[in-house]
Amino acid sequence: MLNALLVMAALAIVLGAILGFAAIKFHVEGNPLVEQINAILPQTQCGQCSFPGCKPYATAIAAGEADINRCPPGGDEGIHKLADFLGVEYKPFGGETNAPKPKGYAFIDENTCIGCTLCIQACPVDAIAGAAKQMHTIITAECTGCELCLAPCPVDCISMVTIEEKTTNWKWKYPLDVMKASA
Amino acid sequence: MRTLYQFHGGIHPPTHKSQSTAVPIRQLAIPDKLVIPFHQHAGNRAKPVVQVGDYVLKGQLIGMPQDTMSSAIHASTSGTISEIDMEVVAHPSGLADLCATLIPDGKDEWIVRTPIAYQHSAPADLRNALRMAGVVGLGGAAFPSDLKLNTKHKVTKLILNGAECEPYITCDDMLMRERASEVIGGAEIMRQILGAEEILIGIEDNKPEAIKALQLIAANARNIEVVAIPTLYPSGSAKQLIKVLTNLEVPSGKLPTDIGVQCFNVATAASAWRAVQFGEPVVSRIVTITGEVGRAQNVEVLIGTPVSMLLKHAAVLPQSRQTIMGGPMMGIRLPNNEVSVVKATNCVIAASDKLFPNPPPIMPCIRCARCVEVCPADLQPQDLYWFAKSKNLEKAEKFSLFDCIECGACSYVCPSNIPLVQFYRFAKSELRATARDKQNSEIARERHEFHELRLEREKQEKADKLAAREKAAAAAKVATAAASTAPADSELTPEQIAKLAEMEARRLSALATDLPKE
Repeated sequence: MLNALLVMAALAIVLGAILGFAAIKFHVEGNPLVEQINAILPQTQCGQCSFPGCKPYATAIAAGEADINRCPPGGDEGIHKLADFLGVEYKPFGGETNAPKPKGYAFIDENTCIGCTLCIQACPVDAIAGAAKQMHTIITAECTGCELCLAPCPVDCISMVTIEEKTTNWKWKYPLDVMKASA
Repeated sequence: MRTLYQFHGGIHPPTHKSQSTAVPIRQLAIPDKLVIPFHQHAGNRAKPVVQVGDYVLKGQLIGMPQDTMSSAIHASTSGTISEIDMEVVAHPSGLADLCATLIPDGKDEWIVRTPIAYQHSAPADLRNALRMAGVVGLGGAAFPSDLKLNTKHKVTKLILNGAECEPYITCDDMLMRERASEVIGGAEIMRQILGAEEILIGIEDNKPEAIKALQLIAANARNIEVVAIPTLYPSGSAKQLIKVLTNLEVPSGKLPTDIGVQCFNVATAASAWRAVQFGEPVVSRIVTITGEVGRAQNVEVLIGTPVSMLLKHAAVLPQSRQTIMGGPMMGIRLPNNEVSVVKATNCVIAASDKLFPNPPPIMPCIRCARCVEVCPADLQPQDLYWFAKSKNLEKAEKFSLFDCIECGACSYVCPSNIPLVQFYRFAKSELRATARDKQNSEIARERHEFHELRLEREKQEKADKLAAREKAAAAAKVATAAASTAPADSELTPEQIAKLAEMEARRLSALATDLPKE
């Protein structure tokens, strides 16, 4: 009887020590789920989901506070990916969320720009070059097409340009669609 | 006799080669207008270095390679650049790309050509010479040759690909028959750059004349063997040819150089020879014109010549409805006949409904596995089809979709008439686009994180400055208080303390005006 008690107590101490050590040694900072959801989101940082950026939205999804169908730049495919990853039901776009648009980038009409720097402050990825009272320009390669610079511009000199299909970004079409079209 | 090996699968489509090998290679006349695309190779488009109105000589550089993966573009003849704009090019999309339009003056005057004594040149110099001469793979993929010659692996075997396994195409056959010494010369240059020992030239045994011509020249060279290989489509694919000649298999996702082999098309070798020995960049190539034409033949054509001129030269028949660039297995349907010949144009087929009837309607896959039997890449085409059709792309990638060489053997044997390769092309381009988007979003995420960090840092800096100011103000107050009740044993006189406090106050007010208003 006493032996059994001692054995169990010793076991409890040893296992408790291991668990305590593991809790410190393998401690994970933050919620890994957030990072994984964030990796699925398109990183446009546009705020169309009503959260101030992709990561806050990912955090909200992870906490179960937001639906998965609020990211227009991610498109239908993005919702499917989130649904697959989280093991939840697919939901189409709806409610107050904007419909997805073709991908684009911002363009500054450099003749109209007055150099107010308001767009620079609005850009979530620092993709606008320029200084006070100097003309600004978009670094097209870095622009995510979030449209956040459009509203602050006092002279409306920024417009969105849709990315054109070129031989370099052209994709083979889905064969069944092609057949349907030619039939 | 060399022991040969066999790759998995393969098919025997009717070759249709004899009609275009009856006459020797002819030179096609200079057309009235040449449209030279700046993007004729795999990788980045070349950057135009001429302007509209410039007079250029034959072989003059008009497009400078941009970044590592790129190649040079040259004027195909002497004349005036009349336009640099977007023109429809020979691309499956039928989209336009940047091209230079050259109006020839008919003199066909060369620039100064400087030959290189390759035996005494460093590999890096030779690679650069090939790059600036616009030497790219002429077998159809147009991959810049200088990059294929630049490897950190020890390459022992250089393989020249003269298999030309695809039906109808005979341009390599004719080149080997008529210009065998150029092919061997180019192989010697490549061998020197790579530091390889042995050269193997693989040619399908349905080209006895070409084999004989090359053997004649190779007999005088060191360690070059011309090997006749069995005719089996697609033995002209690099990985399959390597397997046949050496029994080595290039692992999935690896390059031939990883196993000490490198493979070039025979026409590429010949163009490398002309580039080094004569200083002539790639301004022309041999093209097979066949199909529904009166005089099927091979012609040497200036890059930029419209396809319609080739068809006219070969007396195209009225029943031709469509033009195919490349072979019937892997070629693309041209958007129209005014697109120009590019470096990758090995063959032009005038196609009629009789020659290439419309495919019968597709039927469901019955999983008969005939495609599995013929797949030279040892894949499971029926599974890949299933995944591509259901857009389950990740699964397709897991089933080695990217090892598919798009040879079309599976589509050829499919009893349900499923255009399998179309599905694989679709899946591949979707996956590539996804990877590109992923990369872009990764960059955006990093930039956004830095942006946040920067805002945070600026806020912190402002707060620090404010704190410093408040601290200084407090210190000044203490100092003033101390001055009024200065203890007798202080080292400073009351006057000095008062002066210090005054200075401190001045400094603070200056600081305050420096700081932006909150």
